[in-house]
Amino acid sequence: MDEPLSIVLFSGTDDRLTAASLFAAGAAVLGRPVRILLQYWGLEAFCADRNARAAEISGDASETGAALFADARAGGQVNWAETLRQSKELGEVEISACAQSMDVLKLQPADLDPMVDGVEGIAGFLAAAGNGQILFV
Amino acid sequence: MPEESAPVISRTIDARGSFCPGPLMELIRNIREAQPGDVIAVLSADAGSRTDIPRWVEKAGHRMVGVFSRDGYDEIVVETLH
Repeated sequence: MDEPLSIVLFSGTDDRLTAASLFAAGAAVLGRPVRILLQYWGLEAFCADRNARAAEISGDASETGAALFADARAGGQVNWAETLRQSKELGEVEISACAQSMDVLKLQPADLDPMVDGVEGIAGFLAAAGNGQILFV
Repeated sequence: MPEESAPVISRTIDARGSFCPGPLMELIRNIREAQPGDVIAVLSADAGSRTDIPRWVEKAGHRMVGVFSRDGYDEIVVETLH
C-alpha cells in the first residue's frame, strides 16, 4: 500500500480549494489513500450557509489571473467540489473536519456537506498520516 | 511512434474541454467499464495529460499505444489489459 497523502485544507477560497482538490485527485487516481483535514476556512467551505468565500479568489491572484480563473470557471471547468466528489468515486479519499475548528466555529456534523466523512482531532490525523506527505493549503 | 501499429479503437473520449486532470479521470472512469483488450482514445488539449496519462497507464498495468499530436490537441491511445 502506498503512503497516504494528507492534506490540511485551511483555506476557503475557490483557487486554493481547487489546488487542494487537484492534489487529492492526482493522488487518488494513482491509488494513494488521500486524507483531508478541514480546518477553519476550509471547513466553512463545506458548510452550505457559510461558504460564500468558496466562490471567491484569494488575494494571491493578480487582477489578470483572477479574471482568467473566473473565465475558466464560467467556461464550465469542473469546480473543486465536483473534483473532490469524482476523486472519492475513483479512489480512497477521506475528508474529516478538525474537531477544534468545529468547536470554534460552532458547527455540528449536520451542518456539513455529506462529502465530509467525520470529525477528527489533529493527533489522530497526524497518526494516520504516518510517514506520508502532508500538504498544508 | 509509428501510427501503423495503432490497433482499432473501441471508444473515443472527447475531453478537449477539460483541464488537468479531467482527461485522466475520464479515462479511468471508462477503463473501469471496459473489457480487457479494449482500446480507448482520449482527445485532450491539456498538456499535463501528455505525461500524466502515460505514467498512470504504466502504474495501473495497462498499455500505452501512443500519444499522437493532432491539430491543436492530442490523441492519447491506451489498451486496457485487465
